[in-house]
Amino acid sequence: MSESEPAVQPEAEHNDGGRAVPSRRSVLGWGGAGLALGAAAAGGTVAALGTGSDAVPVASAGAAVPFHGEHQAGIASAVQDRLHFAAFDVKTKDRAELVKLLKEWTEAARLMTAGRPVGEGGFGGLPEAPPDDTGEALGLKPSRLTLTIGFGPGLFAKDRFGLENKRPEALVDLELFPGDNLDAARSGGDICVQACADDPQVAVHAIRQLARIGFGRTAMRWSQLGFGKTSSTTPDEQTPRNMMGFKDGTRNIAGTDKAALDKHVWVGPGDGSDWMTGGSYLVARRIRMNIETWDRTPLGEQEDIFGRDKGEGAPVGKSKERDEPFLKAMKPEAHVRLAHPDTNNGATILRRGYSFTDGTDGLGRLDAGLFFLAYQRDVRKGFIPIQRNLAKSDVLNEYIQHVGSAVFAVPPGVRDKDDWWGRTLFA
Amino acid sequence: MRPARLTVIAAASVAAALTAVTGCSQKSDAGGDGVIKVAASDSACEVSKTEFPSGKVQIDVENKGSKVTEVYVLFPDARIVTERENIGPGTKASITAEIKAGEYEIVCKPGMKGDGIAQKVKATGKDGEEKRSPEMDAAVAAYRAYVVQQAEETLPKAQAFADAVKAGDVEAAKKLYAPSRIGWERTEPVAESFGDIDPKVDVREDGLEAGQDPAKDWTGWHRLEKALWADNKIGDEEKKLADTLITDLTDWQKKVGQAEITPTSIANGAKELLDEVATGKVTGEEERYSHTDLVDFKANVEGAQKAYDVLKAIAAKNDPELAKQLDTQFAALNTLLDKYRADKTSYEFTSYDKVGEPERKELSDGVNALAEPLSKLAAAVAK
Repeated sequence: MSESEPAVQPEAEHNDGGRAVPSRRSVLGWGGAGLALGAAAAGGTVAALGTGSDAVPVASAGAAVPFHGEHQAGIASAVQDRLHFAAFDVKTKDRAELVKLLKEWTEAARLMTAGRPVGEGGFGGLPEAPPDDTGEALGLKPSRLTLTIGFGPGLFAKDRFGLENKRPEALVDLELFPGDNLDAARSGGDICVQACADDPQVAVHAIRQLARIGFGRTAMRWSQLGFGKTSSTTPDEQTPRNMMGFKDGTRNIAGTDKAALDKHVWVGPGDGSDWMTGGSYLVARRIRMNIETWDRTPLGEQEDIFGRDKGEGAPVGKSKERDEPFLKAMKPEAHVRLAHPDTNNGATILRRGYSFTDGTDGLGRLDAGLFFLAYQRDVRKGFIPIQRNLAKSDVLNEYIQHVGSAVFAVPPGVRDKDDWWGRTLFA
Repeated sequence: MRPARLTVIAAASVAAALTAVTGCSQKSDAGGDGVIKVAASDSACEVSKTEFPSGKVQIDVENKGSKVTEVYVLFPDARIVTERENIGPGTKASITAEIKAGEYEIVCKPGMKGDGIAQKVKATGKDGEEKRSPEMDAAVAAYRAYVVQQAEETLPKAQAFADAVKAGDVEAAKKLYAPSRIGWERTEPVAESFGDIDPKVDVREDGLEAGQDPAKDWTGWHRLEKALWADNKIGDEEKKLADTLITDLTDWQKKVGQAEITPTSIANGAKELLDEVATGKVTGEEERYSHTDLVDFKANVEGAQKAYDVLKAIAAKNDPELAKQLDTQFAALNTLLDKYRADKTSYEFTSYDKVGEPERKELSDGVNALAEPLSKLAAAVAK
């Protein structure tokens, strides 16, 4: 069993007060182990294909993704199947309280990403008090849960936590792009947490525990569930499709491409804010799709709008999905052409979006679309020029509308068990 | 602070210690198998013994009738000790409960309707021997006095409201409506423990059970609220219902002094008051016609604060961090509520239909900020 054991934290770290906290995995017994064995073998093959030194293999669906590292997990990590993304307002005015919360959150994240319940667990405590963990993830595998934190512009406001001089220049307030129809109740936030996992219940559970720990110090501002990853950071896997039925993320940055990550995603030393070195900047956009009108659009027009064919995903005039696109063959206002780095002076972002469907909108229309997540080294050189270009000319705009928007500074990784989310900013 | 770390075995001993402190139960001090057999039929509820030793008691029910039945063990004031519903015809069920010395009723309800068939039973034993903590006793006594006082102060206010309704004075009745509810709202978890009163005085139209007819079966404050605000008139039916309200509230006032109150029930009652706010008031459902939700809201918070105040000395000793947090969050929520009244000594609050979505969100955040630590008060008290 040991060879197939995913990389979870050593048991000793969780031996709290003499009481070993059981891993959710251990509850599964041999059945779980058997599954992990087969999947781990597949993961090994993928790892062997990786090239970079910080290669992130596609682990088995149930495995744990290491929480500690130079960068936060959940950015270059192989994209999981499900998302629960939450934006919080910070309610406390006390900096020490906020720091305490971040330490408590880190500890909870450390446990949950290893597949363990938070605190004293979901049962076995006083019958007259609510359990520390709400319990819906008991017995579930870690499911490659990653938790990624980011800090919004509001946190750096004057007279708040004394952080005004630490606001990175790259953490800009996003301008209102043409066509934006932003809902304040789906936008902004002082802190975000992105929970990605292969099991939706594991992702939902994680955000719920953090929200609970935060009550009184933070309040949930908005959250978004996502499914069906629309971008892949693992090019050797099949490219997923978005809600419009098109392959999405063919040209995304690979999670194993260290050179590209260093160039376009990770904040480097000397980039402006030392505390951000090893971090990244995140733009989150809720993009509603006019699903019904899109579905009535002729195939040829759909393909012209994207600049790729629907079946294979090949760029116009080419036969294979990964053939180098010849942009001039596409319509001038084709989505792929306008979004391409060559059209945007090399601007490149790492996409990690998910599809969403939040029921219907009261008019019988599917409230569905793309929850777009983009990581980049500098928002001014990443998302902004690309979106300016798209908002101005993209023919796809007839079928989409940006209804939510937020931007966050995502700090570097939690290095070890004594480290915590945001230490480089607050310490 | 965390609740005590527990293994499964330790949990059992702590639970035993907890009940000893709170007086919830007693160890059986006599032999015997402790099993009571109940033979339920459509017309009878036979018990194998009417006297048994206090402590852990097992009740084996056999439904020999043709209807689904339910079996209750009730305190003399009709509060439920334990219950089991949906016992099908020809099936058996086993119920276990900690029952301390005293007189009880075992009730079978064939068809799960009506008053059922009751048998008087007695648990024998030497109660009062458990170790009692003077500070816990003081907390219970203080809270009991508060509950009684709230009921006593409510009756004249409810009477004034009922009088205005009977006089057909819509405007006067509207003014007296919300104040007549404050005492009830402050002590709602205790008031609700008398299961038969709450549905008579505080039920909303959508809270009626299947088969009940709003025209005939809906009584209490909210029925009158609808007449006053939605219909804007008082008919003969409403005048009668005003008298019924007073009768039911008088019943409450008589019973409230006998309510079983323990330190942990006070603590969890405080949390339940915030739950009331979170589910009914913040949404504007409770007072959907009068929009006086913020009056109830304030009363719920005041009741929770009183519960916390009587326990504070114990909680602060066992979990100082929690007490600090609760002090902060009570103050914060009260400050927030004060934004909605011009005079901090009056209960004239902004009409809730004038409170916008962002403000409702702010109130909801404030409730969550207080309710989450408040849910830990019982553990801190029981430590």
